[in-house]
Amino acid sequence: MIDILGKRYFYFLFSLLIIIPGLIVLAINGLPLAVDFKGGSLLEVQFINAELPSTEEIVRIYESNGFNEVYVQRTSLKQGTPEDSLIIRSPFMDDAMRTTIVDTLKTNFNAPDLALTRFESVGPSIATEVAQRAMLAVAVAALAVILYITLAFRGVPHAFRYGVCAIAAMVHDILIVISVTAIGGQLFGWQVDSLYLTALLTVIGFSTQDKIVVFDRIRENSSFLRRLSFEKLVNHSIVQTLQRSINTQLMTVEFMLLALALFGGVTLREFAVILLIGLFSGTYSSIFIAAPLLVIWENKEWRNWFGRKSSHVA
Amino acid sequence: MSRRYINLILILVLLAVSAWASFTNSGLGSFQPKTVLGLDLRGGLQVILEADVADGIAVSRQDLEDAKQILENRANALGVSEVTFQVAGDKSIVGEFPGVSDPQEVISTISKVALLEFVDFGDEDPYALMGKTVITDEGRAVEVEGTPTPGPEVTPTAEPGITEKTWHTIMIGSDLKEVGVIPVQGSPYYEISFVLSENGAKVFREFTSANQGKILGIVLDKVVISAPSINEPITDGQGVITGKFTRDEANNLAVQMRYGSLPIPLKLVQTRLIGPTLGADSLNKSLIAFAIGFAIVLLFMAIYYRIPGLVADLAIISYAVIAFAIFRSIPITLTLSGIAGFILSTGSALDANILSFERMKEELRAGRTVTQAIELGWKRAWPSIRDSNIAALITSAILFWFGSTFGASVVKGFALTLALGVVVSVFTALFVTRNFLGVILSWVKDPEKRPGLFGL
Repeated sequence: MIDILGKRYFYFLFSLLIIIPGLIVLAINGLPLAVDFKGGSLLEVQFINAELPSTEEIVRIYESNGFNEVYVQRTSLKQGTPEDSLIIRSPFMDDAMRTTIVDTLKTNFNAPDLALTRFESVGPSIATEVAQRAMLAVAVAALAVILYITLAFRGVPHAFRYGVCAIAAMVHDILIVISVTAIGGQLFGWQVDSLYLTALLTVIGFSTQDKIVVFDRIRENSSFLRRLSFEKLVNHSIVQTLQRSINTQLMTVEFMLLALALFGGVTLREFAVILLIGLFSGTYSSIFIAAPLLVIWENKEWRNWFGRKSSHVA
Repeated sequence: MSRRYINLILILVLLAVSAWASFTNSGLGSFQPKTVLGLDLRGGLQVILEADVADGIAVSRQDLEDAKQILENRANALGVSEVTFQVAGDKSIVGEFPGVSDPQEVISTISKVALLEFVDFGDEDPYALMGKTVITDEGRAVEVEGTPTPGPEVTPTAEPGITEKTWHTIMIGSDLKEVGVIPVQGSPYYEISFVLSENGAKVFREFTSANQGKILGIVLDKVVISAPSINEPITDGQGVITGKFTRDEANNLAVQMRYGSLPIPLKLVQTRLIGPTLGADSLNKSLIAFAIGFAIVLLFMAIYYRIPGLVADLAIISYAVIAFAIFRSIPITLTLSGIAGFILSTGSALDANILSFERMKEELRAGRTVTQAIELGWKRAWPSIRDSNIAALITSAILFWFGSTFGASVVKGFALTLALGVVVSVFTALFVTRNFLGVILSWVKDPEKRPGLFGL
């Protein structure tokens, strides 16, 4: 049988290799929040039968209307066609201001057919409120899941540990997703909007689902494999559920998401990529984080950490 | 075995009904399944209005509901179909306007200050007046009051219609102090009581004394909302409007009278507009993506698990048809994130099958007969299917709460389709896969000797 748990500290190290750089980027730049969470406006316009104006020209129009922080991005409405649209992000504006700006764009750039593709404008107060409640939603979801796992595993010794380890692995998944987002925000201009939040919450939901499958096998095996050491028991359970993890997560769910990422609309691509990474991390962490943590807790391995520090630095 | 066949027939009936509900355009009687697309897929405008009050001041639920009612009335005047307003959280109202591509008109209409007028309709037929848009002289007081102005220069050849004539406004909403709804003694109906300001009482006293038996209409934004006749003079500034009002009708009218203007000041805090092109593009692409992903997954299951895999494919297709039928029947508004939730719960549906097939293979390897292996496989896999799906439902419930509190329809749509999908997926895995597998394998001779059928 494959010995998965033997190298447990390497898995932790591997995860840290992604999380630490991500957190550093996060500490320097913060999360790339979209208008949903920090307030502001997003205006997407398509120039039909007209040249795309330069970023400087757009910024000048906005500045003359009193907006200072303006970001312009070029894009095409239909994938694979030449760039024909601009996404302009600015501080919050009301509808009267939007009308003024769109009219100015039409006259200044000789584009009477200019089409308004998207307009989002979120006041700063509501944005902060949504962001706070979002964090609350995540916290409540995590707590509800710990409670449920503790309840569902009440027959096994130390049921509470299963809940805590599942949550620790879930925090790992959240950290991975956030780290990747912080890096993606810098490299590809990703934005954290409410669709992103949905993706993150799904990762949390499915992450737990995955842990429960592995834990359930431990629960079942512990009733008749009493003579095995806990470490062997857990290792055995992981190997038994491995095929299912690969088939469910990699072969089916990830394929669906990959299709969504490759062929889905522009609006869904980022969502699909985040889910792809998050759900992969969810499967990874059930096997390589949650289960090893259970073993470490059972063996109380932290007693050795200080004695043999050099060999176990993770 | 006969039990299996009965189940099989039940499943086929259920599938036939679901398939009909998924594709029908005509429906049956009052049951009209339809595909409702969200704003992100068909284009449209979403606005969030928030009570403009200082921090810490609570807004009553009733005020929000009243404001919502008034906004609905205003928006309906626009002629945009399927407009919805919902109270979200403790101080916001979310409005959705499908198909609207220019927000300007909508926003100015719903955020305007309404005008309530009491209009002298003389001997006009009250039934002919109801709901009509009329012209009044309010706001043109300088021309009308005082010296009578000469009539229009054109000679009227016929009596002008209700909507063409200019009517005289005797009082406006600001003279109305209190409006209440009280039940009528000894009848199931309700009446509306009102108290006027000092000035209003004086105007009413003079007018009602001189015009007994005539019609005194109540007009909101130039639309007649009520046309009662004056039964007796109102001299003390207090009166009632009687009529065969139900409780809701009376409340509705009272709300409109009480708040010709909104009960609470509202400000626009969020606007979201999706052009129709972007919406249609997203819809097509997500559908194509879903079809491709679905096809690959079906293929994988069939190749990897052979006969059970094919049965699982059947179960997954049933899952998709049943879930879609439910979405259309309720109906649930399908958004991009809703489709994503649907795709992910397809993962759940597969997981339930995969979990039990892996168990089944273990039992077969251990030398059990096929019938035993199927039963044991499900039994062993059940605790993890149950617990993992309950965890998913818990998360969906919390997401749904979050989404409805904040008008974050993205999150709400996702949570709803995910939760429904999870429930349907467990049902199809338990009921469809298990029964079909039992029946199909009972047709095969000595399945134990042909491990290839199970991908072993």
